[in-house]
Amino acid sequence: MMNIEQFGRRLRGGELTAVGVTEECLRRIAADNPRLNAFIRVLADDALRQARAADKELAAGHDRGPLHGVPISVKDLLDMRGVPTTAASRVREGHVASRDATAIAHLRQAGAVLVGKTNLHEFAFGTTSEDSAFGPTRNPHDPTRSPGGSSGGSAVSVAGGMSLASIGTDTGGSIRIPAGACGVVGLKPSLGEVSTDGVVPLSRTMDHVGPLTLSVADACLVYHALLGDPGVPPPAPMPVSGLRLAVPRTYFCDVLDEEVRARFEEALARLRAAGAHIDDIEIRHAADIAPIYLHLQAADAAAYHATMLEAMPERYTPPVRLRLEMGRYVLAEDYVRALAGREVLRREVDAALAQHDALVLPTLPIPAPLLGANAVQIGSRSEPVRNVMLRLTQLFNVTGHPAISIPDGCTSSGLPCGVQLVGCRMQTDALLKVALACETWIRQA
Amino acid sequence: MTIESWLQAAIADAERRGLPELKPILETLARATRALRAADFNDHASGSAQSAGEKP
Repeated sequence: MMNIEQFGRRLRGGELTAVGVTEECLRRIAADNPRLNAFIRVLADDALRQARAADKELAAGHDRGPLHGVPISVKDLLDMRGVPTTAASRVREGHVASRDATAIAHLRQAGAVLVGKTNLHEFAFGTTSEDSAFGPTRNPHDPTRSPGGSSGGSAVSVAGGMSLASIGTDTGGSIRIPAGACGVVGLKPSLGEVSTDGVVPLSRTMDHVGPLTLSVADACLVYHALLGDPGVPPPAPMPVSGLRLAVPRTYFCDVLDEEVRARFEEALARLRAAGAHIDDIEIRHAADIAPIYLHLQAADAAAYHATMLEAMPERYTPPVRLRLEMGRYVLAEDYVRALAGREVLRREVDAALAQHDALVLPTLPIPAPLLGANAVQIGSRSEPVRNVMLRLTQLFNVTGHPAISIPDGCTSSGLPCGVQLVGCRMQTDALLKVALACETWIRQA
Repeated sequence: MTIESWLQAAIADAERRGLPELKPILETLARATRALRAADFNDHASGSAQSAGEKP
């Protein structure tokens, strides 16, 4: 499959056109979407019109930069003017966005071709993309399995060649989890960098917007376009040799599928062999991450949904409705305790990064779970799927540190695994430089 | 409010609202709340840090 960098070179070399590549994406959607259910709405006519305009502009010498003419899909949680934002929920029936989300406006300015709105876990409140008013999204590597979530349709769109990139959101891991489960790159920028204006919220203090792509370099390009700064090229590669990486073993490596663990250790060995210095470190309050996250996220989500939970509860899928209802019972004093815990965790991750260029840990403890599974077996332990899938990602939503998932090979049954790199707050570009340096060694499986 | 009294009240309220299936989810939340209150980063009015266990 062609990535954005390759597309750009061939577009400007006259080897292909935006219209041609958009048509190919639309063909893939028509062929595979009935099986994978990645898209809620395909915007074929609009996309082809945008692609024709992009080709015309380029022919006239007007180049908008690296995303000029690039077909991109968008999670159906972001507003696009004149198009419904369903959030994969019947609660949103009749909604039509009156304006573009800021991130969408930036993509349009960058010349992107928006091919459609992708499926997700209802209101982004889930990690499997199976509770959706439009039916479950399926993993292209094994359609009996979840693609991860909540940005499952976005990951499938990129993994399946239905778009060259996709825009997702991440409140507990919803970009990185499906990226890991589908074998693509997923970037959660630092908290607050990319605007969430015009995005249906899950937790306003932990929501992030970011890209899912085929490569780290592509993630750099889309990230800068989302910021409204589309002309920035990927940073120059830096050597792996001399990089200082830190593995938080306790808690983060305690509950891992054996094949996931093997792929992770192999990636670490390759990085070490390439000259990276890797230390083991400890995040002291790691055991408190899940309770802190749960109290913040559940209460934030309940506040947003309370009115609709009273007015039209039957329109929610039952599992999402129940989790939202749970959030209505969080006591204010416990929310305040969780806020205090958040500051503690933020300081601890800051401290862990003070002597290192990045943290490195798996993205998901397990390969993609079967659709419909509530629990998963890891060694002798049976764990709830939702808890396991959030386990390694949610910390960085609580603290706001930027994090990126990079594929690190597959299990023996062909299911992708991912490695997560985490950088300093408000230093997403520095994290991307590290990720560019490490990508080849992480992927070489 | 202690976690036990909160949990009993929450389950009773959920049942009154026709949501008995919330009970196991509220019990999960109660376990998380117990862990949150036991965390050693909590401070309290005596001026000392909390060591462990739920405090009313």
